Amino acid sequence: MTMGRLQISETKVSTNNTGSSHYNAIEVKDLSVFYGEFRAVKNVDLKIKHNQITAIIGPSGCGKSTVLRSFNRMNELIPGAHVSGEVLFHGQNIYSPEVDPVQVRKRVGMVFQKPNPFPKSIYDNVAWGATINGFRGNMDELVEDSLRRAALWDEVSDKLHQSGLSLSGGQQQRLCIARTIAVKPDIILMDEPASALDPIATLKIEELMRELAEDYTIIIVTHNMQQAARVSDFTAFFTMDSDRAGILMEYGSTTQLFTAPSEKITEEYITGRFG
Amino acid sequence: MINNKSSKTGNKPISLQVGDFPEQFNLPQRHQRGAFWKVIFQISMIVGIIALSALIFNIINESFGYIALVNEVDPESLTPHGIPLDEISKDDLILILQENVSSGLFRRLERDQPFEERSRENVLKLVIERVVNPEIVGTWPLSVSLFNKNNILYELEQNHPHAELIFQSWIDHEFFTSPQSSKPLYAGVRTAILGSLWTIAITILFAFPLGVGAAIYLEEYAGDTWINRLIQTNINNLAGVPSIIYGMLGLAIFVRALGPLTSGTLFGVTDPVTSNGRTILSAGLTLAILILPLIIINAQEAIRAIPNSLRQASYGLGATKWQTIWHHVLPNALPGILTGTILAISRAIGETAPLVVVGAATFITFDPEGPFSKFTTLPIQIYQWTARPQEEFRNIAAAAIIVLLIMLLTLNAIAVLLRNHFSRRIS
Repeated sequence: MTMGRLQISETKVSTNNTGSSHYNAIEVKDLSVFYGEFRAVKNVDLKIKHNQITAIIGPSGCGKSTVLRSFNRMNELIPGAHVSGEVLFHGQNIYSPEVDPVQVRKRVGMVFQKPNPFPKSIYDNVAWGATINGFRGNMDELVEDSLRRAALWDEVSDKLHQSGLSLSGGQQQRLCIARTIAVKPDIILMDEPASALDPIATLKIEELMRELAEDYTIIIVTHNMQQAARVSDFTAFFTMDSDRAGILMEYGSTTQLFTAPSEKITEEYITGRFG
Repeated sequence: MINNKSSKTGNKPISLQVGDFPEQFNLPQRHQRGAFWKVIFQISMIVGIIALSALIFNIINESFGYIALVNEVDPESLTPHGIPLDEISKDDLILILQENVSSGLFRRLERDQPFEERSRENVLKLVIERVVNPEIVGTWPLSVSLFNKNNILYELEQNHPHAELIFQSWIDHEFFTSPQSSKPLYAGVRTAILGSLWTIAITILFAFPLGVGAAIYLEEYAGDTWINRLIQTNINNLAGVPSIIYGMLGLAIFVRALGPLTSGTLFGVTDPVTSNGRTILSAGLTLAILILPLIIINAQEAIRAIPNSLRQASYGLGATKWQTIWHHVLPNALPGILTGTILAISRAIGETAPLVVVGAATFITFDPEGPFSKFTTLPIQIYQWTARPQEEFRNIAAAAIIVLLIMLLTLNAIAVLLRNHFSRRIS
């Protein structure tokens, strides 16, 4: 099933490069990220396709999460972090001085490695983000819709006012996805969203990602190569250069990268010879 | 390899020998060592409990016990046919009072509150206080009163054959409601309790928002610059500065420099007795500065304990820094902040030295009416009573200590309830 989908999307991309359905949601130009003096990521150029799932894979410490977090300016929360280069979102550089990072993060949502629901009720978890962003519509509807889209509604509809922390790990992670959807972002960043979950919960998250890809651009960082192969349309492989800075080694459609990688090091990584 | 004993001779490879773990053969000794430390810790706990029990015993021992009274005037000689004072009417009591006190004092009492409005109990109290005027000639602590009454009776027979022996509970209803008095039998702690409550209210009002605000700034906004590190180090040091130094600070700033403000003349308060800035406001502000470092440090700890993942979740939804702090950091840190504030306030309630310097009144018989009143507080009152030579004052000091402990426990209980309320809401 996944394979079929992948081929369809691949043809779409190739025939529709400038068209409306798969234009570039994010275009990264010569991005470098620094933590103080240390350059964590070096000269990345990357085009993320609209409404596709892009996986970022690579060995530990190669800057996968750093790249992901530079897409919604979360790196700025770390003291000493700064970037050079451009990240274009709908043609607008999100690092240009007139852009407010708060606005960026509303449009580019994020799901974290460890499920981190707020210590509030399930309802409030979903509603809070919308409230602070000035949502004026019917909150009950928004909460239900977001929970349905996150495939959580059936499990929690009768206990919306219990604490979000009372849910299981997998449910908590889907609650975090629902919370992100409720703000109506264009892009959802996922930083190893299933690494803290058991295989069944992982599978549910992966299914959910496929469903969400109908409406959202998803970028996922994962350690799990099978997961990247199962779920993503495009894959970016990062590795480290001799300065221990992360570099983008190879980027292409997932099928191509996993079946016929053009770089030798990519092949070595995906066949498990290092990393 | 472990069993390869032959390798002891010849070229020795890196291997584990049984002899490498001599402790394994010394299990009894290891257990013994553990038991030794356990006993040490138990002893320290027991010493603590003994010290605390001794303190409580001492206070209770002083607060109750027999006292011997000698009346200046025999109450039965005041009434016709020797009827007890308790049984005659209010009008007769007023008459007795009028006959036995100076006319000046009688007029003053009338002016304080007309006799028509006074209750019978009130007039009876005046008669006993002003006319009968019992004088304490001996007091005995609770332990002696309970187990050695014969000795007391013998002693009394020898020294004061006419004295009346009664069992006195120094801490009673009267003690809570009476103002300070020069006679221990009538002295109470009402002014001191009210003074303490007023002072603490002002202290909380200033120290809590300032302290939490400073903690938020230091934890959430301040960068890691040398000046911020300097400030942080100084706050930590200030928490250990002796309280009397804060008293000097309060005297210099609030009493002297800001005198017009703290005595209320700037706000049109022109009570002549509250001049010189030695007011509740000065005391409250001094105590606020005293506990400010404690509140800041504790609030910082509480804020630091909030996991970063919570902040990131909030930012990830497009929240601003302030929304993150207000909706997530503060509510979750509140139980910890409150715990720190409880500790700080408990310290402020018991402070004596800085208030002596700031100028707490040692003898004051009227209730404080506001932040610009003269004041005394419970610890000041206790200190002042224990410093007197008469033995009876030690009894009321002990009773006042019980009141202070009750007040501390009550405030702490309220704070603990508040804290539990907030932490239940969160989880």
